[in-house]
Amino acid sequence: MSSKLVHAVYDDDDTLLHAVKDVKKADYRIEEVFTPFPVHGLDHAMGLAGTRIAVMAFMYGILGFAVAITMINYIMIEDWPQNIGGKPSFSFLENLPAFVPVIFEMTVFFAAHLMVITFYLRSRLWPFKKAENPMPETTDDKFLMQVALEGDEKKLMSLLKKSGAIDVSIHENDNA
Amino acid sequence: MYTFAQRLKITAFALMGLGFIGLAIGFASAPSTVAEAQAMVAGAHGGHVDAHGSEHSSHDNHSSDTHKEKNHHDDAHATTDTHGEHHADEAHGEDHHGEHLLHQLQNKPWAALYVAAFFFFMIALGTLMFYAIQRAAQAGWPILLFRVMEGITAYLVPGSIIIYVFLVLTGLHANHLFVWMDAETVAHDEIIQGKVGYLNVPFFLIRAAIYLLGWNAYRYFSRKFSLAQDAAPAGDISNHKKNFRISAVFLVFFFVTESMMSWDWIMSLDPHWFSTLFGWYVLASMLVTSVTVIALVSIYLKSKGYLPKVNDSHLHDLAKFMFGLSVFWTYLWFSQFMLIWYSNIPEEVTYFLTRIDDYNLPFFGMVVMNFVFPLLILMSSDYKRSNWIIVMAGIIIVLGHYIDIFNMIMPATVGGQWFIGWAEIGGFLFFAGLFIYVVFRALTKVPLEASGDPYVGESERFVY
Repeated sequence: MSSKLVHAVYDDDDTLLHAVKDVKKADYRIEEVFTPFPVHGLDHAMGLAGTRIAVMAFMYGILGFAVAITMINYIMIEDWPQNIGGKPSFSFLENLPAFVPVIFEMTVFFAAHLMVITFYLRSRLWPFKKAENPMPETTDDKFLMQVALEGDEKKLMSLLKKSGAIDVSIHENDNA
Repeated sequence: MYTFAQRLKITAFALMGLGFIGLAIGFASAPSTVAEAQAMVAGAHGGHVDAHGSEHSSHDNHSSDTHKEKNHHDDAHATTDTHGEHHADEAHGEDHHGEHLLHQLQNKPWAALYVAAFFFFMIALGTLMFYAIQRAAQAGWPILLFRVMEGITAYLVPGSIIIYVFLVLTGLHANHLFVWMDAETVAHDEIIQGKVGYLNVPFFLIRAAIYLLGWNAYRYFSRKFSLAQDAAPAGDISNHKKNFRISAVFLVFFFVTESMMSWDWIMSLDPHWFSTLFGWYVLASMLVTSVTVIALVSIYLKSKGYLPKVNDSHLHDLAKFMFGLSVFWTYLWFSQFMLIWYSNIPEEVTYFLTRIDDYNLPFFGMVVMNFVFPLLILMSSDYKRSNWIIVMAGIIIVLGHYIDIFNMIMPATVGGQWFIGWAEIGGFLFFAGLFIYVVFRALTKVPLEASGDPYVGESERFVY
């Protein structure tokens, strides 16, 4: 990791997207990009690997599905057999229609909540964590691209300025 | 411009020819006397004939239970039989069953024709609704698919004519599909008597005429404005605006008439039974089948080198609709089923008892085809972009929804006497051939790209 970072600030998501493509083409390493909202196609332009959270969501869903079946079978059939809808069959399969809403809800519940928790863990976010964005304006209307300062400094600065940045500055890399 | 491929044209005619032969055999082999009907059933089912008579000692407990339940439905449905008298009349019991059986077997080719005619009509109608929704929502992405949708809705005119002729013939007692049309049944049935103000042949046909004229009128004008928009000078979007307005009006008209159509044409086959979400349920089936057919036709045209600007993202969106609407269909299917199953009220639950007892395989099989299969196959984002997966899933979905319509119409008209025979396969093939011929012939008429639409650029640049 280089010891210095160049901060390039943009005020338009389209300009930013083109700038990211130009910088990538010139073979500079983009450390991070901060945006106030998700920019369509930015992950692709930065060359980030596709998310695997969809696979996790599917597995969490299956987990919720299994938990719901086990739970409802224990509650309604085994532990305290219930007469459901006037049909005292005391069988899980014959009462399945009554359990489908529960199973559905639990599947969605598990998939949704565990997916959010996974996302937080993976992004290293937790309560009371200090914000990492170097410039508070990136939560309002500015876009910031951090580029590792390697090689010819002047060339990089001029490239960034040419790409439409409204401000370019050099900062120490605290994480280096 | 698309030119109708010779091979496809021949396929369409071959399907129509085969289908016509199948239907002809189906109609010719329908029995005309009670004795013939009984002989047919005896030949086909062997020992099961005497389900209504004495029990064979070889019947195990399970099957006799089923028979008991069957008799129970017969009682519940006794008043819906074409002859309103009750089973209490022991002396005539045998003839009753014989006559009932005869009517069921006579209904069979008619019902098969009706299922297929309605199914392909429904695809055109659902596409028309989908098209109107895109117009009314001013959606940008589907503009490149508008001509494909208009091609599919071209089947609306022949489909409407066939359905209307069929309903008129039914009203003239050419068949016994709708028991409430039979004066003698109504005379013995207090429940139907209470509904005569709505369920009577003249009003039924007038309503059908209103629905069909309304839908066809929208189809005619929206197509006209759509073509006029292409011819209009740049900057003139008056035709686009007109289309927007009539689409919004049409949707209001459509959602009311579609519900009434599903009560009239399908739900009234079981005149004692009712479900408040039946219109929605038919609508869901219609929508998912239509979107699937739009995807299939688009993929076919693309594979022949047409529609060059239609990309992965457009197909991805259609596949998302296929996935989402399959789940939507299941939601409505299950909502209707679970409430009736749970409350277990005799007059409602007979509907599902006949389906689960007599139609077990198609009834649960279609849930696998229409829900489990598309759910698992189309869940992945990458699979939604793969043509062969969309085609495979699409074929299963289309067949699954044919079975869905089959399950809606057959139990009330042929009861336990169903099987997939000449008339069923013939009906499907005949209307499939006609549908292909009409749709692809309509596609040759105008360029496949709605180049004059103000949103066409947005559709070309569309990226998921």
